[in-house]
Amino acid sequence: MRTFRMGGIHPPECKLGAGKPISVMPLPKQGCVLLSQHIGAPAQPVVERGAMVKTGQLLAKAGGFVSANIHSPFTGKVAKIADVVDASGYPKPAIFIDVQDDEWEEGIDLTETLVRECKLEPKEIVQKIADAGIVGMGGACFPTQVKLTPPPGKVADILIINGVECEPYLTADHRLMVEKAQEIVVGIRLLMKALNVKKAVIGIESNKPDAIEILSHQTIPYPEIEVMPLQMHYPQGGEKQLIDAVTRRQVKSGGLPVDVGAVVQNVGTVYAVYEAVQKNKPLIERVVSVTGKSLKQPVNVKARIGTPISSLIDAAGGLPENGAKVISGGPMMGKALANIDAPVAKGTSGVLIIDEAEALRRPVSDCIRCAKCVDACPMGLEPYLLSALSERQLWDRTEKENIMDCIECGCCTFTCPANRPLLDYIRIGKGKTGALIRARKAK
Amino acid sequence: MNPILIALIVLGGIGLLLALVLFFTAKSFKVEEDPRIGQVQEVLPGANCGGCGYPGCRGFAETCVKSESLEGLLCPVGGNEVMKKVGDILGMAAADAAPKVAVVRCQGSCEHRPKLTQFDGARTCAVAAALYGGETGCSYGCLGMGDCVEACTFGALSVNPETGLPEVDEEKCTSCGACVKACPKGLIELRNKGPKSRRIYVSCRNKDKGPAAKKACEVACIGCGKCQKVCTFDAITMEANLAYIDHNKCRMCRKCVEECPQGSIIELNFPPRKPKAETPATPATPETTATPASPVAEAPTAE
Repeated sequence: MRTFRMGGIHPPECKLGAGKPISVMPLPKQGCVLLSQHIGAPAQPVVERGAMVKTGQLLAKAGGFVSANIHSPFTGKVAKIADVVDASGYPKPAIFIDVQDDEWEEGIDLTETLVRECKLEPKEIVQKIADAGIVGMGGACFPTQVKLTPPPGKVADILIINGVECEPYLTADHRLMVEKAQEIVVGIRLLMKALNVKKAVIGIESNKPDAIEILSHQTIPYPEIEVMPLQMHYPQGGEKQLIDAVTRRQVKSGGLPVDVGAVVQNVGTVYAVYEAVQKNKPLIERVVSVTGKSLKQPVNVKARIGTPISSLIDAAGGLPENGAKVISGGPMMGKALANIDAPVAKGTSGVLIIDEAEALRRPVSDCIRCAKCVDACPMGLEPYLLSALSERQLWDRTEKENIMDCIECGCCTFTCPANRPLLDYIRIGKGKTGALIRARKAK
Repeated sequence: MNPILIALIVLGGIGLLLALVLFFTAKSFKVEEDPRIGQVQEVLPGANCGGCGYPGCRGFAETCVKSESLEGLLCPVGGNEVMKKVGDILGMAAADAAPKVAVVRCQGSCEHRPKLTQFDGARTCAVAAALYGGETGCSYGCLGMGDCVEACTFGALSVNPETGLPEVDEEKCTSCGACVKACPKGLIELRNKGPKSRRIYVSCRNKDKGPAAKKACEVACIGCGKCQKVCTFDAITMEANLAYIDHNKCRMCRKCVEECPQGSIIELNFPPRKPKAETPATPATPETTATPASPVAEAPTAE
């Protein structure tokens, strides 16, 4: 079986919720929809306080080219447009909706019937995706329509579907592939049409044999779509790693996947694309795995965007007594929540509860240059060096050492025998170096 | 011929030739430098802290010599004394700047601001601020991990273990501004040192609305605007639920300190208040004339 060729690790899988079917979360009393759930400019609200909104109605318009529309996940009254303390503890603008009912906007098809036919032109498909506010649902939240519009002069020849879900614990994409395989296949064909590519590959790690089997079965009528089982290896879900694993093409430092003719989309995104194009349904809900060793019953739930994360935890049996850390996302790349009442956003792929025994980091000792982090880095960087340079604020050298190529996968910190917080410093260095580069370009 | 003589002649000849080459190269490539640059550098403190905004003391000396006047040029470490010397060398009048000192605008000690979460990453403010709002409910306040202490080359800052907040040693602070740049929350400000080191400032940066701010921290500015109303000198501005005192306009009447319901406004180094009446008018007039004249000190006496 194939995998990417450089670095990587194999953390314990802990896929606790793999066998749990997706259940639907009840609506909350009040929903809170963040205006910035994607990379790029925040969306601009188009509703006012006191307005009545229906489910699926546009709440905020994209605030630029790299931005995304936001639709109402609830029916009810706009209580206020104000700052809310988000998952990171910083106040962020959001629209609060007092939920009253669940009346959907006209034109949205809520039936379960599969719609295979699509007569739309590629441009119309991209437009529909943009209108529906779809973003990359693997966690990066990059607006999908931007990815489907390659810069002039660049042509994609292969579409890669990311069903890897290499993060330990998370099972949302896995369940989606098992339960919505037909829809995903239609979504892939829509994306192939939009991009005008002749080949698509679905990359799935071999720890999901049921998903591989179902999707292989569903793609029999379409020889242009291939299901490729991949060896388990973290961070295979990274865009550049997946391209390397599937096509053996390598994206150059600072380059885009489309430079090597590839476009990568997550299965969650593909499902959202199916719903948007074939059912007119904007992106207002997503599958979230709520998991953790100490939880009573790890679950996969379909939750409306804007539902408080705390209510998701309640659905999984409540916050356990020895629960010490709540993480949004997976254990490798996710962020610890400063506030568990923060709302679910488009990129919330999982909620993970870590218990006391595992929550705290181990004591740090000195770096002995063992270079384990160098071996583990999937981007071929030298994490120990980048971390030390960032700590000393040598921004010109961090740039020369290609700090901007870091994908923040956390392999270095995971593998460090001295428990050094390598990624903490690299992230700072990335932020500062990126700001300096942007300032230089702006001149 | 004597081999020793030959050696002497040959080596001497080579030496002479190379000396000539060096002599002419030195002549033709000579860099003309204003001798005053060296003189100015000599009187500068030599801390190379960059507080003046130029790359080290030499960079500052070069700028001083090149520029037409000393307006806007100040060595914060040396202060007016050194700038006067620089002015004497260059034959220009040095601008008289009020001496400044760093103030930390946060009072969120452990008792005032309860901790809600625990930070477990690398112990620097920069890392913590990039990850999240901080261990308390106030995302504007001090993180207490001492990036400012690290940045200070003069040893003027230290984190008080009891409050968890950094404190400035006025004697050592040179107002170079390194801590201002180091603080990711922008809490440190360089303010006029004031007559007899007396200062009044709003010790809070919380821009949340009143209830949220109060919930997060007992001594947070809630943006009520009472101080602005009571100020007769127009020195207080309100922006985003936060009061700010302009240190150039403030005349140290201390009315705002009394008015603040939250105790967010701090007065430093003032003598204890007399019970009621006559207090606010002119604080300690006779002594102020003795101290070197700064614009703030002059104002109340003139009235």
